[in-house]
Amino acid sequence: MFTGQLQREFKLLLRSREELANPLIFLFLALTLFALGGGGSPELLSAFAPAIIWVLVLLANLLALEGMFRRDFDDGSLEMLVLLAEPLFLPLLAKIFMHWLYSGLAMTLLAPLAALILFLPAEVVPTLLLTLLVGTPALSLIGAIGAALTVSLRKGGVLLALLVLPLYVPVLIFGAGAVSEQMAGISNMAQIYWLLVISMIALTVAPFLVAAALRISLEQ
Amino acid sequence: MPILLTIKNLTCIREGRTLFRNLNLALNSGDCVQLTGPNGSGKSTLLRCVAGLFADYSGNLEAAPFLYLGHKPGVSALLTPLAHLRWFASMTGSTGDPLQALARVGLAGYEEIVCQQMSAGQQRRVALARLLISDGQDEQDAGEKRSRPLWLLDEPFTALDDKGQELIRQLLTEHLQSGGGALCATHQDLGLAGSRALALGGTT
Repeated sequence: MFTGQLQREFKLLLRSREELANPLIFLFLALTLFALGGGGSPELLSAFAPAIIWVLVLLANLLALEGMFRRDFDDGSLEMLVLLAEPLFLPLLAKIFMHWLYSGLAMTLLAPLAALILFLPAEVVPTLLLTLLVGTPALSLIGAIGAALTVSLRKGGVLLALLVLPLYVPVLIFGAGAVSEQMAGISNMAQIYWLLVISMIALTVAPFLVAAALRISLEQ
Repeated sequence: MPILLTIKNLTCIREGRTLFRNLNLALNSGDCVQLTGPNGSGKSTLLRCVAGLFADYSGNLEAAPFLYLGHKPGVSALLTPLAHLRWFASMTGSTGDPLQALARVGLAGYEEIVCQQMSAGQQRRVALARLLISDGQDEQDAGEKRSRPLWLLDEPFTALDDKGQELIRQLLTEHLQSGGGALCATHQDLGLAGSRALALGGTT
């Protein structure tokens, strides 16, 4: 059931490549704007680089969330999925995993480039990658709950941001914090463990919450 | 005869309007009940109640494993019919042959065409193919046991041509003969022997 859904999502993704690229394009446009707006002071930029990168990753993730269930809801596939799949959390997990692949993981892989744009010292780039790798799954998982709750609303975008962004704050604090501490030469293992904990809790709880939220959304 | 659906004292009030009150219905295997009534009389809502997509009702509902075909065909525009049916099969664990089912609904040769490029009627046909493979007809004991004996059909004739409508009648006849049952909301004459009509609306 997991693989069946995964294959479906993969085929859908191949046929909607612009959706795949949207969050990444946003990420790099915004990064470039920061670099341009920051003027010629690499020190200032590099000091803020962890925060900027993490905030933009958060926002790009949010951008990709909107479409997570939208199309399936519109054409009735979501209805079918909820009625047919037993247990429902398995295909949902596949959907969330796919979302993470083209948002979280893709951004992690491109993060060295982001670090370059913002003059982040090369020695902290591995830390940045690590925090993104363990932190972004939580973003996709938590965000899916919000996406499921707002899918039946025509203009759910702002509400989705209001619902989800506060829940992203811990990930932002620990993620950006870990990179900053590394730059300051302080041990950052605590933050990375916290990111892991958040992702693990989200992984165990979110699929069930998403399933419940979808049932609510379909009962209109 | 196994009972597929029992509805007891079902009452549904939506937006201050009473759609139905104290509705009772028993549907045995081999039965087809046609829901009739003017637009907005609660046909779709009743089907959604039975399917578990609408819970704001009072009364008792007991339904056998079912297959719901709603207003929206549930076919992703970006998938091919074959991919859609494979996904459906992986969700339901059905073993029916998707190619055979597509040929049966008149979509032979369209297996690998993206649904986006198909007409509304053809997309409905893809949805009908789901009914075919849900039964797992090439299994040995197909006539004996159906994995989803109850069909909930909401306006199945939408966008279909004469041949397509005839196809639905054939599918329904076969389904009923092999022990299935159906609850079908439509304005058209089903023309099936042994189908009953349940009129909604007009009562307050």
